Amino acid sequence: MSLVPTSNAFKENATGALQDKPLQEALGIARHHSIQTRLNTVAKMPEFETLRDIGRDLKNHIIANLDTYLLQFEQSVTTRGGKVHWCPDGDSARAKVLEICRSVNAKTVTKGKTMIGEEIGINDFLFANGIEPVETDLGEYIIQLRGETPSHIIGPALHVTKEQVEETFREAHTDLDPARNLEDPASLMAEAREKLRAGFLKADVGITGANFLIADEGATTIVTNEGNGDLTQTLPRIHIVLASIEKVVPSLKDAMTLLRILARSATGQEQSVYTTFSSGPRRPTDLDGPEEFHVVLIDNGRSAYLGSDLEEMLRCIRCGACLDHCPVYHSVGGHAYGWVYSGPIGSLLTPMLVGVENAKPLPNASTLCGRCESVCPVRIPIPKLLRNWREREFARAITPQMERSGLWFWAFMAKRPLLYRLVTRIGARALFNLAGQQGRLRSAPLAAGWTKHRDLPASQGRTFHEQWKARKSQAGKGARS
Amino acid sequence: MSTSGTGRDRMLASIRAGISRQAERRHGEPAPGKPTPLIPARATAPGVDVVGLFKTQLANAKATLDEVASRDDVPAAVARYLANNNFEARVRLSPDARVSGLPWDKAPMLETSRGRSHGKDPTSVTPAVAAVAETGTMVLQSSEGTPTTLHFLPDQHVVVISKSQIVGTYEDALARVKRGPDGALPRTVNFVTGPSRSADIGKILLMGAHGPKKLHVIVVDGEL
Amino acid sequence: MNSQPGTAQPEPQGPIKAGANVALFVTCLVDLFRPSVGFAAVKLLEEAGCRVSVPDSQTCCGQPAYNSGDRKTAVDIARQTIAAFEGFDFVVAPSGSCGGMIKHHYPQLLGDDAQWGPRAEKLAARTYELTQFLAEQCGRTDFGAALAANCTYHDSCSSLREMKVKAAPRDLLKNVAGLTLTEMEETDACCGFGGTFCIKFPDVSNSMAARKVETIAATGADLLLAGDLGCLMNLAGKMKRDGSTVQVRHVAEVLAGMTDEPAIGEERTS
Repeated sequence: MSLVPTSNAFKENATGALQDKPLQEALGIARHHSIQTRLNTVAKMPEFETLRDIGRDLKNHIIANLDTYLLQFEQSVTTRGGKVHWCPDGDSARAKVLEICRSVNAKTVTKGKTMIGEEIGINDFLFANGIEPVETDLGEYIIQLRGETPSHIIGPALHVTKEQVEETFREAHTDLDPARNLEDPASLMAEAREKLRAGFLKADVGITGANFLIADEGATTIVTNEGNGDLTQTLPRIHIVLASIEKVVPSLKDAMTLLRILARSATGQEQSVYTTFSSGPRRPTDLDGPEEFHVVLIDNGRSAYLGSDLEEMLRCIRCGACLDHCPVYHSVGGHAYGWVYSGPIGSLLTPMLVGVENAKPLPNASTLCGRCESVCPVRIPIPKLLRNWREREFARAITPQMERSGLWFWAFMAKRPLLYRLVTRIGARALFNLAGQQGRLRSAPLAAGWTKHRDLPASQGRTFHEQWKARKSQAGKGARS
Repeated sequence: MSTSGTGRDRMLASIRAGISRQAERRHGEPAPGKPTPLIPARATAPGVDVVGLFKTQLANAKATLDEVASRDDVPAAVARYLANNNFEARVRLSPDARVSGLPWDKAPMLETSRGRSHGKDPTSVTPAVAAVAETGTMVLQSSEGTPTTLHFLPDQHVVVISKSQIVGTYEDALARVKRGPDGALPRTVNFVTGPSRSADIGKILLMGAHGPKKLHVIVVDGEL
Repeated sequence: MNSQPGTAQPEPQGPIKAGANVALFVTCLVDLFRPSVGFAAVKLLEEAGCRVSVPDSQTCCGQPAYNSGDRKTAVDIARQTIAAFEGFDFVVAPSGSCGGMIKHHYPQLLGDDAQWGPRAEKLAARTYELTQFLAEQCGRTDFGAALAANCTYHDSCSSLREMKVKAAPRDLLKNVAGLTLTEMEETDACCGFGGTFCIKFPDVSNSMAARKVETIAATGADLLLAGDLGCLMNLAGKMKRDGSTVQVRHVAEVLAGMTDEPAIGEERTS
């Protein structure tokens, strides 16, 4: 029931994305905005780099003690009157959510933004089972109306321009005056607020994700700017939290470290508007709050990567900074990646969660420039991990045959200096002569990939090693001045 | 993952197998220890004007501030805030004595009621746990006298604090949360930094998404 | 030769002793496409007081194999390179990506090898990118070059992030008489080359190159410089295809006063 990945079509998806004018416009706006705001905000906190180190070390510690902290979390939640459900995969997680919803005859469910919810395809599943899921995050709401999937971890509707939002609202909100003026984006916001308010108030169940699970408090944490997560988890009778296993942190104090680097990395804010810690159902004397509190802990393939050379990707706190700084993402946006997670982290997570054979191009769709790693708040060595995926692909012969043959040929030569000298000498002459007076080639044999969009500069006729050898033997012959 | 045993059993077994693999990769080196948290010096360095920093950060978060000499002045300050902004003169108060126990009869033009919100209240007035100078963040909690719906449903949220509640860091604020008899956190602890907003439409910053459109903080020089 | 009279330099200022033995890592692109970059590097190093050798058996640093996931080939080539280059005081490459491969990735590739691991570490410790070696290790930033032009400088990804090169080329270019430098926006954005990436994903690569070319054009510079030939060939090829008149050279060529050679991808004059 989860979204079927189209990641194997990345190249084709990408080409389509490059020709999509509204998308390119939206991406340009996002790019300029994100990079500068983060820089401005980070400059205001001298301890930021140290906090990144601590964040990395904290996450490494957690990953090395994951069972201990999850058990402690379960204990704390249960003591506070909540329930923890351990779901190894999407099937069991969906079934559990449905069971809980059915227990109160739920008709509508409000949802805070949750990437793990996308991962297990919870919306389609609920809908197929007669329960209406209502996305409340503005970006998620917009894409729900458009029948699309999120294209960014933080801003799901990043690919949609303001004009397209207006179009979508006009199409969907048919009960409103068609002649109304929606030029001012504030009017779009006001319209969404009004539309969703009714949904919040009538929902039977509220489903949120969790940025963190606090082990010693049995509390879950959500971080939003809109307040939709809070309305989702406070108003209905039941609050369900969907969370992947690596979200657990030991204590509130440790969560503060991550909170100090999360918003700064995600949106360039010093702090998100709403950070909420929730534990258990409402207390007997509380005037509001849910009557039941459920945490659905989901593995979905993560534990298999513990203790592997790819383990470090589990440090991710889902800030989206890597997407915001990735030149490949800037070019093609999130949908090209073909599944739930996009950008650099998406290229790491997708093969883990859907199998590398269903996401073959993703680890290769990168120049390994390292800009992502330079901004990751928990210092995930993304280029190194992408390379590790490429090693797995190579070992499993997933790497395309043409590439393997080319590599084999190159390696054969590179390991034989004398042969290498000979072949490069021939190549240098050939390229020089082919290019002629022009000094460059518009097309060249075996170089279609290069020459599709750019000329190939000529060589200089002789290789360096040829000339160096000649220079040295000349020097040997005559006296040097 | 094996398919026998409960989901819990299977997950724990798989996680433990992973942790064994980690130990092997470390060649007997111990697992990484928990690092010591670092609290930024911004609000804790000696000589920092914590109240001044709070006011600056609150403004940066796009909330508004008013200062009054005593708790007796609060109802008039609330009435003034609503009148100046053309908001309806009707408020929903937290039952908590720090707000409900204020002399509301001093602002007879205000229609007041107490309790949780059901979505029909234009403005709420609530107390807070603390106000954090680090980022201008209000810390609130749920309790018998402080229902969470007042923090999120109304269009305007007015928070009344005493100056002594302004602290430097999140950690200072967390230490002031009133826990249950067994040390349990309340159902909800909120960190609120300014009014609700979203940049989901073309990266344009728009205020008033689903939470309050306005956040107004009244700081009392004395106790509440 | 564009050296000015009266600019004879004193002994090297940095920690490098005069007469240090430097092995030049030519790089496969320089060897095949633009040897003049190699000769410029030699000239600069000799002028800085170093004795330059070019180990005979070098071919490639192994990045194509490494970045394609062929670890075994990468290890073989790493050993070959280490064997060729140990025995010198320093290894200098006119390239941040090849320098980075030797400095950062060889130790990782051979980390588990009891014999080659330490050898890789030793070599890594003495490997430098050209501009950083000249400016920071030799302490020389003025080679008496002159060029009347307005240039902009692209920070190639490995240079910037692996070799930590940022100030060095700029400090060197500051002393080229008649040369002005206008920084482009997002100097640190990848140009789209990425080794085999530009061939495997030509459309995406082109989009990245196009953005880079836009930021270059916005500076009004008539000359693009960088320290990596892969980036330079990528951008020169793109700009020539677009009909741009911006010249593209390796920074070593300008510093060594060797700008008589046609720029990258430029028409031949004779």
